[in-house]
Amino acid sequence: MKTCLIVDDSAVIRKVARRILESLNFRVSEAEDGAKALGLCAEAMPDVILLDWNMPEMDGYDFLKALRQSPSGDIPKVLFCTTENDVGAIARALHAGADEYIMKPFDRDIVTAKLDQVGFTQQADAA
Amino acid sequence: MTDVDFDFLRAYLKTRSGLALTAEKRYLIESRLSPICRRFNLAGLPQLVSALRGGRDLVMEKAVVEAMTTNETFFFRDRTPFDLFKDVLLPEAIARRAAQRKLRIWCAAASTGQEPYSLAMLLQEAAPKLAGWNIDLVATDLSTEVLEKAKAGLYSHFEVQRGLPVQLLVKNFEQIGEQWRISQTLRSMVDFRPLNLLHPFETLGTFDIIYCRNVLIYFDAPTKGDVLGRLSASLSPDGALLLGAAETVIGLTDKLAPSAQHRGLYNQAAATARNTMGASAPAPLRRVVGL
Repeated sequence: MKTCLIVDDSAVIRKVARRILESLNFRVSEAEDGAKALGLCAEAMPDVILLDWNMPEMDGYDFLKALRQSPSGDIPKVLFCTTENDVGAIARALHAGADEYIMKPFDRDIVTAKLDQVGFTQQADAA
Repeated sequence: MTDVDFDFLRAYLKTRSGLALTAEKRYLIESRLSPICRRFNLAGLPQLVSALRGGRDLVMEKAVVEAMTTNETFFFRDRTPFDLFKDVLLPEAIARRAAQRKLRIWCAAASTGQEPYSLAMLLQEAAPKLAGWNIDLVATDLSTEVLEKAKAGLYSHFEVQRGLPVQLLVKNFEQIGEQWRISQTLRSMVDFRPLNLLHPFETLGTFDIIYCRNVLIYFDAPTKGDVLGRLSASLSPDGALLLGAAETVIGLTDKLAPSAQHRGLYNQAAATARNTMGASAPAPLRRVVGL
């Protein structure tokens, strides 16, 4: 079973995302900011990270920078997920190393499509 | 809805759009035509049927036919047909048409534009190899309403996130409030035209590549055979026809044959037979390494 870490300071977003990802056969863990997420990644690197942009303690951009510098060779696929939906914000996320970008609000179709684009097809991973 | 009304609507839609409604799809009529009743201030389906029977109202006729048409689509839908275009069909066409430097592509059920624009993006990515080429990208649909949306090229953030890689979003779209508009360059690459596939389409000319995906499934077998036969006539001898994953030519026409290599891809039967027999004629869809 593939694993996904949801990093978002909104409990509501984490709950919605968890429901979607579990329905897509992911084992899900959660963190409410970048610092806690880095700790979880140090314990066990997930296959995919759904990453919010604006968070207390450590925001998505700094988290991603720190993650990319980590000595671990296992770099997960990162889906940036934010309400900052302008081209500049998307370009910054890609520049920071995000693999894909999800604009809030999102639904199951969008999450499925974006996971597919970074190499996680629902059928393949459910098998 | 009475059986008589259902039978009338079934025949009415079959004649005008080719849509073959089975009894199990009866619910579709009720769910999709109720808004049309409200729009024309009619109490319900019996009154709509009466109005259509009396029928000189072309606006109502068009609204009914368009309401029953399925327009679901998204960018790079099913991915494989677009990988095939990028990796096989386009490189081969570039090699085969190098002398003429002319390429004609047709999206025969373009809906709200995502399919032709996906092809336009791939053509744009291949632009260095297509400098000086004359490329026609024709996109047709039965519904003028969806074509207007296609021409406008404006999509919601839900629509641009289904199938479209974010790099192509950033590169080819501008944000307008809550919506995203595809670039003028890409919009100008697509020639959108209204067309009912039940009507003659030979005036569109001959094409090297035709995408006709997820529309034949709504037709009955004789209509499928008729449309496929005419698509074959509109396809160049070495051309390629792409159908949807649930569609085929087998048992419907002997003019087209499935590709042995690629699912969903069909060629002229005569060209496929020549290729199979190892004749000296140019082989259709010979794999070319490129791009």
